[in-house]
Amino acid sequence: MKLELRGITKRFGSLVANDQIDLVIQPGEIRALLGENGAGKTTLMNVLYGLMQPDEGEILLDDKPVAIHSPRDAIRAKIGMVHQHFMLVPVFTVAENVTLGSEPVRKGPLGLPSFGLLDRRKARREVLALSERFGLRVDPDAPVEELPVGVQQRVEIIKALLRDAQVLVLDEPTAVLTPHETEDLFRIMRELREGGRSIIFISHKLKEVQAIADTITVIRRGKVVGERPPATSSTELASLMVGRSVQLRVSKEPAKPGDVVLDVQDLTVAGERGERSVRGVSFQVRAGEILGMAGVQGNGQTELCEALMGLRPSTGSVLLNGTDLSHSPTRVRLHAGIGYVPEDRSEDGLVADFSVADNLILDLYDQPPYASGIALNLDTIRESAVRQVEEYDVRTTSVETPAGTLSGGNQQKVVVAREMGRDVKLLLVSQPTRGLDVGSIEFVHKRLVAQRDAGAAVLIVSSELDEIYALADRIAVMYEGRIVAFRPPTISEQELGLLMAGSDPAGFTAPDPAGSTLPTGSTAPDSGGAPETPAPAQEPSSHE
Amino acid sequence: MSDQDEAEPSAAPYVPTATTTAQDTGAPGPDQPGGRQPLTGNAIIKAVTEGHSVVITILAGFVALLVGAVLIVASDPVVLRAWNSFGYAPGTAFSATWSSVAAAYSALFEGAIFSPGTISAAFHGGSIAAIFYPLSLTAFEATPLILTGLSVAVCFRAGMFNIGAAGQWIGGALVATWLGYAVNLPIVLHAVVCVIGAFAGGAVIGWIVGEIKARTGAHEVILTIMLNYVMYNFLAFALSSQSLMQAPGQTNAVAPSIDGNATLPHVGGPPPQVGVGFLIALAAAAGTAWLLSRSTLGFEFRAVGASPSAARSAGIRVERVWVLAFLIAGGLAGLSASTIVQGQTAPLTTTSYGTYGFDGITVALLGRARPLGVVLAGLLFGALNAGGTVMEAATGVPSDVTNVIEALIVLFVAAPPLIRLLFRLRSTSGAGPQAVTSKGWSG
Amino acid sequence: MTATLDVPAPVRAPVSVTRRYLAAGTFILLGLIDIFVFGLFAHRGDAVFALSLPGATPKLPGIHVPGALTAYLLGAISIGLGILRALVDLPRWGKRLTIAIALLCFLLALLAWADAGSSVGPLQVIDLLQGTLTASIPLVLGALAGLMCERSGVINIAIEGQLLTGAFTAAAVASATGGVWLGLIGGSLTGGLVGLILAIFAITFLVDQIIVGVVLDVIALGLTNYLYDRVMVPYANTFNTGNTFGTLKIPVLGNIPIIGPVFFDANVFLYITYALILIIQIALFRTRWGLRVRAVGEHPVAADTVGIRVLWTRYRNVILGGLIAGIGGAYLTVGSVGFFTSNISSGFGYIALAAMIFGRWTPLGSVAAALLFGFSYQLQTELSVLRVPVSSFILLMAPYVATIIAVAGLVGRVRPPAADGKPYVKA
Repeated sequence: MKLELRGITKRFGSLVANDQIDLVIQPGEIRALLGENGAGKTTLMNVLYGLMQPDEGEILLDDKPVAIHSPRDAIRAKIGMVHQHFMLVPVFTVAENVTLGSEPVRKGPLGLPSFGLLDRRKARREVLALSERFGLRVDPDAPVEELPVGVQQRVEIIKALLRDAQVLVLDEPTAVLTPHETEDLFRIMRELREGGRSIIFISHKLKEVQAIADTITVIRRGKVVGERPPATSSTELASLMVGRSVQLRVSKEPAKPGDVVLDVQDLTVAGERGERSVRGVSFQVRAGEILGMAGVQGNGQTELCEALMGLRPSTGSVLLNGTDLSHSPTRVRLHAGIGYVPEDRSEDGLVADFSVADNLILDLYDQPPYASGIALNLDTIRESAVRQVEEYDVRTTSVETPAGTLSGGNQQKVVVAREMGRDVKLLLVSQPTRGLDVGSIEFVHKRLVAQRDAGAAVLIVSSELDEIYALADRIAVMYEGRIVAFRPPTISEQELGLLMAGSDPAGFTAPDPAGSTLPTGSTAPDSGGAPETPAPAQEPSSHE
Repeated sequence: MSDQDEAEPSAAPYVPTATTTAQDTGAPGPDQPGGRQPLTGNAIIKAVTEGHSVVITILAGFVALLVGAVLIVASDPVVLRAWNSFGYAPGTAFSATWSSVAAAYSALFEGAIFSPGTISAAFHGGSIAAIFYPLSLTAFEATPLILTGLSVAVCFRAGMFNIGAAGQWIGGALVATWLGYAVNLPIVLHAVVCVIGAFAGGAVIGWIVGEIKARTGAHEVILTIMLNYVMYNFLAFALSSQSLMQAPGQTNAVAPSIDGNATLPHVGGPPPQVGVGFLIALAAAAGTAWLLSRSTLGFEFRAVGASPSAARSAGIRVERVWVLAFLIAGGLAGLSASTIVQGQTAPLTTTSYGTYGFDGITVALLGRARPLGVVLAGLLFGALNAGGTVMEAATGVPSDVTNVIEALIVLFVAAPPLIRLLFRLRSTSGAGPQAVTSKGWSG
Repeated sequence: MTATLDVPAPVRAPVSVTRRYLAAGTFILLGLIDIFVFGLFAHRGDAVFALSLPGATPKLPGIHVPGALTAYLLGAISIGLGILRALVDLPRWGKRLTIAIALLCFLLALLAWADAGSSVGPLQVIDLLQGTLTASIPLVLGALAGLMCERSGVINIAIEGQLLTGAFTAAAVASATGGVWLGLIGGSLTGGLVGLILAIFAITFLVDQIIVGVVLDVIALGLTNYLYDRVMVPYANTFNTGNTFGTLKIPVLGNIPIIGPVFFDANVFLYITYALILIIQIALFRTRWGLRVRAVGEHPVAADTVGIRVLWTRYRNVILGGLIAGIGGAYLTVGSVGFFTSNISSGFGYIALAAMIFGRWTPLGSVAAALLFGFSYQLQTELSVLRVPVSSFILLMAPYVATIIAVAGLVGRVRPPAADGKPYVKA
């Protein structure tokens, strides 16, 4: 089925999210939509899928215009979509989720109506059939909320295939997958392509797009700025994406680590459902160094951060400059000198309805000079806010504006300004640049390095390998609740990817070589033997 | 009724993708088009406190009065008969309708604000003070409503629904009454002690709710409703037992009258006067305003109300806030009881709590959970109540119609899109209907 | 090559410590009360449980048990259960069973104490059970109404208002037309109308649902009071004549001893309630319709993307819920006392809400909770007949205190439908 988007334009008030976008996709093609966060890729796909209506333009299937006013129309037009945030009902089983909207019903006895009684067995059969055919292993009766993210994604794909999708849109599917799972997804995509289906693959990751796409369409600020073959160089693609030549690495001085600031021993944390998310983790961070905690999301990093901040109960010990904070409440830890940039800035980092000024004192509101006794010093709060907004280049009309109205990048700047504006000995930042535009990413990275150089210890948790490589002086890899390895940042991506996927058998509960010299190369101790030979890769993985 | 084996996770906050994707277009500029805000923040707060134009309030009032007029007319036998003979005397139908409504509403106005008769009487040597009598009645009626309104408003700002103002009111009433008759103190001191006791009594009841919520996560809507019923029955129980609080020698469920020293006087010479209770209400409003906007505790309240998770991550002890908010709210409701129990001569009965608790909710909603708004809303409702009694006496229209009008005002004020629809106003920025989410039952 | 993903089975942490000991502690406490209050303070003599209504045929013999001893025994059972709970991690059905047994022991001990050596007479068990069932009817119907709304994602606090207006309309229509069935239908439609208003304000105008509910309750109270004073009182012969339904005994089933008179000899409202419980339980969990409703209540965006009409589903469910609540309201007048009086629903709507939450948003669960409430109302009447030396007000407090304890202790955090209370806004 040939898909054409002609002149698609979509505005949100004064913001033009899609600007006269033309796109032609032939059957049996994998097309990548490449662009940074906020470029308009998801908006375009939402238009295609009927979740939004374009202000101008039309959609044609096999050269015939189609009207897509709702997802129902899109499904009928055999367009399927796997969203970035899954469209799965957590409490339902896999089979229920897959068949929702097209549920098989039992026929009543002797031809009488059965009033829509569900035929669970048939649903199960249908799911298993698709699962077999495409090699997407799932258990039809498992409640979706108990499944790991990679499996949930498979459920989403099966859901689209059940409705005979000929065009499948995958929106940032690899954000939550290990490199191994990503390979698996690519295999599935190729198989679907062999069957004559087209796939639109949305991503902001250069390497993946180069690995899998037949053609890459680059979108920037709502416009198509170029179509390139996958062999195009990364630099060219990155420039197209961003519009200027981009430094792909932050330049930084080598680290000069001092004394141990954070000492974590045998930390164990229980997760949401009582399972042990963090299992006996031990590590240290020194003043003046950045420790990068790498790992795919969902391996305990979130719980680790929360436990370090006292937001989640844990066993084991947490020492900050010798002070035992293992059982201290959050407030004590903050006042002891930990700066915390949480993973979910809009939920945990900021109060959206509070002004920028109020957000800047969110953890200091009862301390002088912002308060005298029980009364707030509103003038001081305001003046301080004005200063910080200036210093951190937060784009806002005033310090009284609600923080929720700021863009993602500026919101993060507020959080960063708040945490770095205090006298902190340890900075704990989790996924600090998720969803940010390139300019903001650069800003945040520079500030983190500056803090390091000023003597703070920095622990950064990130699932973006680029970020880890850019910032970390040492890398720790987390997998299934344990730190499986400590490596220098000179480690190859292939090896790091394997470690993140748990393929290093020698590496469980590696002791932290923090006491040793830094990874300028030679004596970085290794906890176990060399990593095993990587599984046969289908494609060359690195292009840098 | 079953036990929870595994700690079931509370439902994750739900974020519809449609608006999330718009948020991803984050790079350009700070001004987000209306409705594109990320779905965070507690929207009970938003729904209640979002600034809305004065125009909307006035129009809402107008529509509510209109509906009230329909009610009055539709149940007036004279008017109905006139409409029955609409065919040959249309003029009569209209004039009957008009006079019915006019009579009712003018009685309402005269009872609440002022009566032109007193003005002309004053010119002819009558008392000037009589002009202000309706206003003082309004203030008198408004007093307990302002206080229960504040009680509900404080909890709203902290993100919780206090439906238990009635039960907290009873707690305060019991303590104030008991202190009123069981203890003997000199004149001013006695009243003060009773007022403080009322605050404490209400605060204890409120504290129970806050403490249970903090320790177990139970939802305050159910807790407060249940506690209300417990207190209704406890009040009846206490007043039916001679060994407890039943007036000696009485078979009815009444408490003894409180000592004269404990009553709250009126100030300003012969009637009309402003009751001290009204001054207490105003003082409480000022205090609440200061607490919420200028104190560190108020900052915590607002942070927890707007985003408990962000507050927690910033080190604020959310559970402590819940307890304190309910404590203060309960105390305010107790103060409301004190102004009634000590402000009038009738002793405490099993129905003394009236509708103050629930009315507090509507007052708080109308006042957008801001102390000044609560005062104004309380005065408006006080006016309607005061006028309603006079209206019923003068025209026979039951004063319940004012309750309906009050509730309708709140409903229409809370639904700006409806008002705009009715009056075809163009959408203004501010109280947008978009992205108003509620946190539902999960705490 | 097919990828497999080996995820280690999550290690189930043992029951949260506080909750387990809370349950065990509660049972032990109940057992101690059984022994030291009901046992020790029981009058000498037997408690008699009369199993047939006076004058019924055939007449079953009553059960005679020594009052104090029974209480001791039941207390021991309860304490035993408490110890069991503290030591053993039971499966979910086991936990529910222990709660039911402990409660039963407590209630039986209470009854034994109340009637031990009583001069007034035996305990009328049939009366008690019959009364429990009928007292629970408005609660069950209210809870079912709440369920229908909340399972699709709309909070309905206006159940109280629906009951009240339903009761009013039913009485007025039945009196004016002389037909009780018309009254029932009128009451139901009124409830549906209130539901429609709730739906419009909550779903289309996006007003906070709790606010709309509370306001509708206030309006309902004011409106019914107004109309009662203005119309019903002066024209009582037309509008408030107090007609009621007669009882209908089901053949065969109605003659079974004990069960018959309790379950199968009542007016049509009980039978309607049975039907609704069954229909909704099956519909919600076993049909396509129910799956879609629940999807809308849990994850409306997901439902929308597969083509389910979210807003329409919510509207429909809220109105249906209103119709059901209206029937419950009609019960309060034409199904029981006949005459409408001011605030006749007296808070049943809120208790129905509590029953729904208690029952974890399921019909069967809500029924269990509603029965508990109904039982305590009846118990209070029964106990005052037996001249039990406890103030009736204290007894009336009991169900509310029990709810608080249960919501706080044994139930703790409940898990409503995930999108409950959250209006659905499309881009």
